[in-house]
Amino acid sequence: MAERIVIDPVTRIEGHLKIEVEISNGVVTDAWSSGTLFRGIETILEGRKPDEAWLLAQRLCGVCTYIQGATSIRSVEDAMQLAIPDNGRIVRNLMAGSLFIHDHPVHFYHLSALDWIDIISALSANVGTTADLASQISPGAPAIDFTEVQATLQNFVDSGKLGPFAGGYWGHPAYTLSPEENLLFAAHYLYALRQQVKAGQLQAIFGGKNPHPQNLRVGGVTCQEELTTARIGEFRSLLNEMRDFIDQVYLPDVVHLAQAYPGWAQLGGFRNYMSYGEFPLSSSDPTELFLPCGVIMDKNLDAVDDVLLAQISEHVQHSWYQGSTARYPQEGETLPNFTGYDTANRYSWLKAPRYNGEPMEVGPLARVLISYGLGQNRIVPAVDSFLGQAGLTIDDMHSTLGRSGARAIETQVVADAMVDWLDQLIPGATARVAAEIIASGTGIGLNEAPRGALGHWIRINNAKIEHYQMVVPSTWNLGPRCAAGYRGPVEEALIGTPVANPEQPVEILRIVHSYDPCLACAVHITDNDQESHYTVKVI
Amino acid sequence: MNPKYQTGGKESALELHRRDFLKFCGAVATALSLDITFVPKIAKALTSGDRPPVIWLHFSECTGCTEAILRSSAPWMDELLFDTISLDYHETLMAGAGHTVEKILTESALTHQGEFFCVVEGAIPTADNGIYGMIGSRTMLSIAEEILPLAKAIISIGSCASFGGLAAAAPNPTGAKGVIDALPDLQVPVINLAGCPPNPVNFMAVLVNYLLQGALPELDNYSRPEFAYKDTIHSICPYRKEKKLCQKQEGCKGQWTRHNCPNIKFNQGTSFPMQVGHPCIGCSEPNFWDTMTPFYKTS
Repeated sequence: MAERIVIDPVTRIEGHLKIEVEISNGVVTDAWSSGTLFRGIETILEGRKPDEAWLLAQRLCGVCTYIQGATSIRSVEDAMQLAIPDNGRIVRNLMAGSLFIHDHPVHFYHLSALDWIDIISALSANVGTTADLASQISPGAPAIDFTEVQATLQNFVDSGKLGPFAGGYWGHPAYTLSPEENLLFAAHYLYALRQQVKAGQLQAIFGGKNPHPQNLRVGGVTCQEELTTARIGEFRSLLNEMRDFIDQVYLPDVVHLAQAYPGWAQLGGFRNYMSYGEFPLSSSDPTELFLPCGVIMDKNLDAVDDVLLAQISEHVQHSWYQGSTARYPQEGETLPNFTGYDTANRYSWLKAPRYNGEPMEVGPLARVLISYGLGQNRIVPAVDSFLGQAGLTIDDMHSTLGRSGARAIETQVVADAMVDWLDQLIPGATARVAAEIIASGTGIGLNEAPRGALGHWIRINNAKIEHYQMVVPSTWNLGPRCAAGYRGPVEEALIGTPVANPEQPVEILRIVHSYDPCLACAVHITDNDQESHYTVKVI
Repeated sequence: MNPKYQTGGKESALELHRRDFLKFCGAVATALSLDITFVPKIAKALTSGDRPPVIWLHFSECTGCTEAILRSSAPWMDELLFDTISLDYHETLMAGAGHTVEKILTESALTHQGEFFCVVEGAIPTADNGIYGMIGSRTMLSIAEEILPLAKAIISIGSCASFGGLAAAAPNPTGAKGVIDALPDLQVPVINLAGCPPNPVNFMAVLVNYLLQGALPELDNYSRPEFAYKDTIHSICPYRKEKKLCQKQEGCKGQWTRHNCPNIKFNQGTSFPMQVGHPCIGCSEPNFWDTMTPFYKTS
């Protein structure tokens, strides 16, 4: 007998997401992913000045702050065929890298860890045994007073006011860590909550502030006066502190969870992957990227293809927009049309992007697998090391564990590369070329946000934005079915998930969270008409 | 310890964090124009006490304001959660999901009626009966109408909750409004902590002010706390004298924007926009996306 369960709101994400699943005999047999907030940013951008768009676009998301702004700037620079100076390119790479090393650990500890660790169980841990465990798992980490952590947690629970931990599914059979493991991870949750403050400082050194840094303009970055030996030294010092944290605390914790939950290497996987590539290494050759671009179909790592943008189309058949035509982003033309939530028909504000008609997973796992398949010389050894430690094979990477592992792997690889990039900054050298903004033209800005492939398509006319379309990572990952009826990646990944207790859907949350959903970015429309009308049938 | 790079000095992690905490308390004292003797009182107020209940609602938002608060080091976020407040509802952090948290929201609001602070992040979509923003199959508008009147006070964190923000920028497709505009009959006091995002020092200062004095701050005519928004940015900008970094020629909006950014800076005093060579965009003023453009005078 099939039953439906709805999780709304999905918590520990960015934005507003509803997940519905059908369960038969304790296993998920179908799933629907629905974005429940619509803001209309693309419409808001129309008529505005192209070089200002980045300031608004950045506010698509305050978690993956910076990156939407950077993509917008790139779309304008592409329309102008404008190359930026090395200092500008390097600072932007450092800004994007800072975002990765902030965002990924926060995702692991604060957005996903509570799916795997039982905070209440930590209260019965033996502190001495926990300390021994810490010396095995993270010997290089700063010493933690587990007695104090446990006492803090105990006081908190005794107060009866559990704040965000109230309503957790503590005691659920899916939690299989020992009390000592739980106490260790709880301590690291708190440690990481402080450490991310440092990552914010890192981005603020050249960015002015974080969230929502303010140092970009068309042609480069504005912080040339801050590219001094002193500031570069500050950046290096904080970067090294973050690398310490990644190497000694974050990555070992991810490895340990993979060892502790081996069954999750067979759950939550997908098969197609795409990345636009990121971190340009040359100001003259835009194809030279630290993390390469590519497409993998059906898990075939031996056949990584180039990305052909013309293969991208956005479907609206099951989304709250008029019509059913799938369109290439530069020709995207839709009107919002809320018809009520109906899983058999239209059920999301997200569109369904497809590549050559196929749903594609984007994000850390896509980047890492594509890099691995192409032999990227920092990713390959990092992946092999992870697999060795975690006791997994490369095939196991197509899973919930693989996604989490890839996120940690790329954090380490990017953080290490940032040291080299920092050394290439030349104090005093130009960080920006000023150029008159074109009056008309089209451009595409591509980026890899922490959550995956990100693109902005812009059309400029009479010195204003005439048309703007964004296809963002969470639309790829969390979008609904397309016209062909293919499920989106998270919908597909949920099929086959065991659910022990529909009232406490921990297993479902594990898979949904592994995609690191960011829904604020994912929902948008384009509207070419000057007069837009909204047809609404409220159920 | 991995020898490939240096780490900090001899201070333990705990000592370093305490130093950052007190420095941040100093920033809070500065923001409130309190002298240095208040620093230990602020520290104490933030880390011990009754933990007033707080319900944090996310509407049409980007989560940048939550992230801004996460950057606080006085109190640190864990101290805020364990020692300063009881954060009963916050969708970004909560362990449970779906029906579980819907129930928590309603129960907390009713149990603590008249006692809880409600932090609102994001604008409220009001067009077409509010269908553009829904949580748990309810419109954000209806959730706001139910919960906000039960609060002791409301902090509209960020420009979206204060004045509509990005979603309300022309042509405002979803009828997005700030709290005061969306709920014109609301009797509960509303504090607009404008900024995109605001500085966490100012948010903590509002809390500290309440914990120390039992009072809400004096507000200006946009319902922004006077202590943080009394001066124009231009009047307190360090580059009025040091012309090389002045962004006036680039289109700086500091003359028409009230906020204390140059005084307290961002991220533990790391920097602020003009310091990295970019003009102010006026992000703490109402409807700035429409009123402050063009943001650049030159290309």
